[in-house]
Amino acid sequence: MSQRGIVLYLHVHQPYRVRPYSVFDTGIRHDYFSGGDQDANVDNRSIFEKVADKSYRPMNALLLRLLQTNPDFRISLSISGVFIEQAKEWAPDVIESFQALVNTGRVEILAETYHHSLAFFYSHTEFDRQVAMHRDTIRETFGVTPTVFRNTELAYSDDLATWAEAHGFTGIVAEGWDPVLEWRSPNYVYTAARTSLPLLLKNYRLSDDIAFRFGQHSLTSDLYHTWVNQSLGDQSIVNLFMDYETFGEHQWSETGIFDFFDSFIHSWTDTSDGTFYTVSEAIATHQPVAEISMPHTVTWADSARDLSAWNGNKLQQEALRYVYALESDVIRSEDEALINDWRRLQTSDHFYYMYTKGFEDGTVHDYFSPYDSPYNAFLYYLNAIRDMRWRLHVHHNTGVLNG
Amino acid sequence: MLGWELPPHNSGGLGVACYHMAKALAHSGVDIDFVVPYQAEHPDIDFMNIRAATPVTPLERYGLGAYDTSTVYRRLSEADADELHDMRGVQKRYVQFVEYLLEEDSSPYDAIHAHDWLTIEAGIRARELHNIPLIVHVHATEFDRSGLADSGGNPLIHEIEYQGLMMADRIIAVSNATKNIIVQRYNIPADKIDVVHNAFDPASMDASYSYDLRTYAYLETLREEGYTIVTTITRFTAQKGLTHLMQAAARASERYDRLAFLFAGDGEQRDELIQLAAELGIADKVFFTGFIRGKKWRDAYSVGDIFVMSSVSEPFGLTALEAAHHGNALILTNQSGVAEVLDNIYRYDFWDIDALADRIVAIASSDALKSSLKENVKKEYARISWHDVAIRCQQIYTTTSQGAIA
Repeated sequence: MSQRGIVLYLHVHQPYRVRPYSVFDTGIRHDYFSGGDQDANVDNRSIFEKVADKSYRPMNALLLRLLQTNPDFRISLSISGVFIEQAKEWAPDVIESFQALVNTGRVEILAETYHHSLAFFYSHTEFDRQVAMHRDTIRETFGVTPTVFRNTELAYSDDLATWAEAHGFTGIVAEGWDPVLEWRSPNYVYTAARTSLPLLLKNYRLSDDIAFRFGQHSLTSDLYHTWVNQSLGDQSIVNLFMDYETFGEHQWSETGIFDFFDSFIHSWTDTSDGTFYTVSEAIATHQPVAEISMPHTVTWADSARDLSAWNGNKLQQEALRYVYALESDVIRSEDEALINDWRRLQTSDHFYYMYTKGFEDGTVHDYFSPYDSPYNAFLYYLNAIRDMRWRLHVHHNTGVLNG
Repeated sequence: MLGWELPPHNSGGLGVACYHMAKALAHSGVDIDFVVPYQAEHPDIDFMNIRAATPVTPLERYGLGAYDTSTVYRRLSEADADELHDMRGVQKRYVQFVEYLLEEDSSPYDAIHAHDWLTIEAGIRARELHNIPLIVHVHATEFDRSGLADSGGNPLIHEIEYQGLMMADRIIAVSNATKNIIVQRYNIPADKIDVVHNAFDPASMDASYSYDLRTYAYLETLREEGYTIVTTITRFTAQKGLTHLMQAAARASERYDRLAFLFAGDGEQRDELIQLAAELGIADKVFFTGFIRGKKWRDAYSVGDIFVMSSVSEPFGLTALEAAHHGNALILTNQSGVAEVLDNIYRYDFWDIDALADRIVAIASSDALKSSLKENVKKEYARISWHDVAIRCQQIYTTTSQGAIA
């Protein structure tokens, strides 16, 4: 019988945030992503350097040490293309430290869209291109080819699994949301409906105990070990999926998150039957126990676990409509800078910043937003969209400039 | 004359109107002491005496409030800083200063001309103590400021306005619309009120100004593509009726697709307006500038083809004349005072979204209509001068004094 194991998967990403880009910039300056001159809160470079110091550097050092000293430790990562771009430009040592992790042979990298976009729900052709771009960048940067797919924000549906199987992926990950699982446990390998594709489901309670609630209840390694044990019972795997930046950025070093992590990894592998699996190893080791169907899209965000964190309000819907309406004009321009800016504007974070719900989920959105209000996020984004239209107008000279 | 602000320390149109009115009166030979609630230099004013009622700076005239007391105490005594903490404190000191002024000054005043509720209490006091005729000049009532809310706005302000209008020997309203509000909402007899419309002095606009096409480069590109730019420049408050304008924008865009709407300004309704634009599916046709002044402010007039004043209630509305000066066709609500003095404009009732949409589409789709509205309205505002306003005011001073003696 195979060992009981933890599948730890961390998501690494930084968006290119749009600076306070006004109507007075529109049609004049096209530097939506680069204006840190007024406000360090929206300057991508300052943010990246800050998070590199607080999270990427110390966490990668810790991960490497754990891999070197603990032969059972394994981890999976998804690293967005826009993250890799920023790291290469502003913190090359961070890329090297990720390469060192991958070179141990016990770190798996997952496939996703290069631009951390929701393109699957708006344009399949664009989605395919972004997945291919990401694959090429991962090969080039790390010398490996991802085989398991994760979609942006873990946004998953049966259609996505069908797509992934058709495109040769060997597995896929999703949220283990109660209304979908009903009486079933997330702690097994499943098969995606209408396919033979293995599906891993996030154990959101145990994941969120670290990702969102670590600071709230002074969690100790021993206590967490007990919780994981209780959850796992005689089942196969516990899927702990979360943002990489949980370590050091969402939960600051002062909370003791690094010590906790270090101590928990050792305590887990010190138990007789406790081990770690990469995503692919988990799939290879454990037979699927049943089929899971998600006809409607399920994500890992907010209490609704649907796409409403990104497309639930009118501001978000309009912004998404505008950006995807540009597709054919942008692509046929064959203008690399234009295409690149358009893709950066597809990053899901832009729409997340336009969230207006308030209450508990709103607090989480506010924490991640560089802007003081969702309305400002919308205005800056809209002006950038209009500038894109202006550039297309100049490029194609079609005499059609919409609003 | 009792005022609350003068350029360059004004936050709005009240200071501008007071400045031009006083200047024209002074040129007609009237000696004016103008009381302001703050201490500051007024470099462009040598035609009258400016009297500072309190030691606070212009920014502090609505009360010291949250200003850092450590710096305030360096300038003011502790007792002063305490008393001037809020606007009521500043107003109280303003009244005391006017009392002092009337006792000290050997040559009595012929009339007290008080502008709006902020100075009315001082005017009432002057009339009580020295029986000097009180003329209350109404630039805006609390009804206007609250967007004609049934509540009538802030009850304390309403009460002060009511007292002042009752005690005044004469009332000057800046429009018939304002006169009607004073009659209907404050129950003041109509024959106690004179309507004297404000004027516009084109010379007051910096003559060296030239329009910079690059300020609103994107909108200019739209114009090249045949778009018509509809502009409004205002505070985003309920009084200005901007949600109606947004709805009309959507209605008009259904029928004529080359329209863009410039909402220049800021205020408490901004987020609501952004939300509404998105709900109506026209967010990309609407441009928000935020608060603008100086060149960006004038260029906002210049980039426009049509200027809309959508106010639910606008006692006068100087911005419409400024817009006309910069070559806009005007669409004004019937509830805007300035609409009473112009003929070559479109009017509509503030709630009539369809009527506004119709007029926007009509102007946008007819070059002849657009150019004749633009050109003809320019001839009209040239006829309205501050000199005429001064003559009317002097007549009112004279008749009111005689009445008071009799």
